[in-house]
Amino acid sequence: MFRFIVKRLIQLVLVLFVVSLIVFVFTSVMGNPVYLMVRENATEAEIQAVVQYLGLDKPLPVQYGIFLKNALHGNFGKSYMYHLPALGLIMERFPATLEIVVVALLLSASLGIPLGVLSGAYPKSKFSQGVMAFSIAGISMPSFWIGMVMIFFFSLYLGVLPVSGRGDVGTILGINTSLATVNGWQHIILPSITLALGNVATIIRLTRSGMQENMRQDYVRFARAKGVPRRKVLFGHALKNTLIPVVTIFGLQMGSLIAFTTITETIFAWPGMGKLLIDAINIAARPIIAAYILFVAVMFVFINFIVDILYVFIDPRIDLQ
Amino acid sequence: MTKKLLEVKNLRTYFHTFKGTVKAVDDVSFWVDEGEILAIVGESGGGKSVTGFSVIRLIEEPGRIESGEILFEGKDLMGLSESQMNRVRGKDISMIFQDPMTSLNPVYTIGQQIEETLILHTDLSPKERKAASIELLRSVGISNPESRLKAYPHQFSGGMRQRVIIAIALAADPKLIIADEPTTALDVTIQAQILRLMAELVRGKGRSLILVTHDLAVVSEMADRINVMYCGKVVESGPTRDVIDRSAHPYTKGLIGSIPDLERDKNRLETIKGIVPNMFDLPKGCKFAPRCTRAKEICHVQEPEVINMSQSHQVACHFPFREEVL
Ligand SMILES: Nc1ncnc2c1ncn2[C@@H]1O[C@H](COP(=O)(O)OP(=O)(O)OP(=O)(O)O)[C@@H](O)[C@H]1O
Ligand SMILES: [Mg+2]
Repeated sequence: MFRFIVKRLIQLVLVLFVVSLIVFVFTSVMGNPVYLMVRENATEAEIQAVVQYLGLDKPLPVQYGIFLKNALHGNFGKSYMYHLPALGLIMERFPATLEIVVVALLLSASLGIPLGVLSGAYPKSKFSQGVMAFSIAGISMPSFWIGMVMIFFFSLYLGVLPVSGRGDVGTILGINTSLATVNGWQHIILPSITLALGNVATIIRLTRSGMQENMRQDYVRFARAKGVPRRKVLFGHALKNTLIPVVTIFGLQMGSLIAFTTITETIFAWPGMGKLLIDAINIAARPIIAAYILFVAVMFVFINFIVDILYVFIDPRIDLQ
Repeated sequence: MTKKLLEVKNLRTYFHTFKGTVKAVDDVSFWVDEGEILAIVGESGGGKSVTGFSVIRLIEEPGRIESGEILFEGKDLMGLSESQMNRVRGKDISMIFQDPMTSLNPVYTIGQQIEETLILHTDLSPKERKAASIELLRSVGISNPESRLKAYPHQFSGGMRQRVIIAIALAADPKLIIADEPTTALDVTIQAQILRLMAELVRGKGRSLILVTHDLAVVSEMADRINVMYCGKVVESGPTRDVIDRSAHPYTKGLIGSIPDLERDKNRLETIKGIVPNMFDLPKGCKFAPRCTRAKEICHVQEPEVINMSQSHQVACHFPFREEVL
């Protein structure tokens, strides 16, 4: 276990090094922040001063070294627009994104796994065929379109749910979250469903094919021969074996949902990280983009680490070494 | 007078596949007495496993038990609901499969898998269940049973897994055990050990066993009676000595002739000519006729009736070997 963690930490450092290099190259090539900071018809001397202030006159490797040193201190520079530290901005927005992602993931797990199990166990039933039709629709319909349709239907036509925004925020265990208020929940529902739809479909399909595979295994038949009722065989014996690939996909989904909620957050004007990224790109705010990408990279490594540990609990044959 | 524990009458189990219907078990009748070991032998594809699964009604799509009676202690299992059936499986009748490597669930411990049966079929308390599990493992010859309870199947060898499976099958003390080629996947050296262990446990408690196997040598040593199956039919049945020493069906004779016998010259090993016919396209008349050296015209057109060689020895053949022929 200890060696595993050390190995993972080394891996994390490597990933971060590569990503930071990429981020550095892209952000120092992309856009020129000097022109964002000086007035329109600045003199050569003024521009030179800003270039020096930003350290852009130094050779690239030195610039990278400085970038790395600052990044290690969590310092990505101040956003030119917000005049706040970039990482601080992201951390401030992170809870809002995490909220809709967590609700979306809970939705996809609590719907996707049981539906996948049932449609895998009884593939010929009408119910299963309905579920499969839904999952094809869920995979193939773009989420922004579904989001807009839902806004139109629930918010504008029926008027039962708010159109956009985050709603009231309360505190649970000292954390500010809209999960603490009814109004907050009302605001969360639509964006979460929008995020979840594609995932539900993927989880259903994955669980279903895993179930179909595992139902054919001898140990399922042996459990039945022991007199274990069919339902218990499905959810107890076959499902636990099916969960191994599902957990992998779940981890990947969690990462990509947090990283790429941009579309959904934009549609619902949800004040999360994704919205921040879009705004940052629009104004070419280098520090925010750089901090964002590194943040996401760290998060992916971390989630994969958690997934690997979960494996051990699900599948005793997996040894962390 | 021994009592019939299980009596199967006119069982038909068919598989309805895209390519056509496979009559895997076709009008099979047999019985098992209390305390008896019945062997079912025959070549691959003869319907031995399907017969076993049919008895506990574990036939999955596209298979179906078309008709027949499965009388267990006089009551017809075909009339039971699925949940009533679950109280028979594992408790009254349990089954052991061919491949011990795949019969145990890889994600649960040995202890959990033994205990599952005990929870389902006994009223023991958790403490008693643990003691019972340890006792079961010990009875099948696993050393250090206390520490093995927490082990996972992948930490066990094939022979040990099959012992665990036997322990699970015996857990609720069933009256009948169906063992479907329980040792074919194992090392030759362990095969006899495991079979002997099973026979001892079954006989010791006065329980019954249906032993499905390819291995006639083992059968002649262990079984009380033998059913020989070919293409979904029982072609010969009777007490072990009658079937082995006075085989009446040419197919049985062929099977016995193909046992490698160390005392005989190995080159003289006889095999049955030809191969098992395609199950989708079975010959008319006697299914064995195309491979049979004694077949006459009638064998290719008319299915043979079951005839009594003696009171307990039946054969389905137009021209069976008679005593005086030997
Ligand atoms: N799920 C299934 N679908 C279609 N056909 C099947 C299925 N299961 C069994 N059969 C057919 O039923 C017939 C009898 O099979 P069974 O497994 O009982 O043979 P067996 O005598 O046990 O052979 P073996 O010695 O190889 O185990 C075979 O011809 C097989 O093709
Ligand atoms: Mg078989």
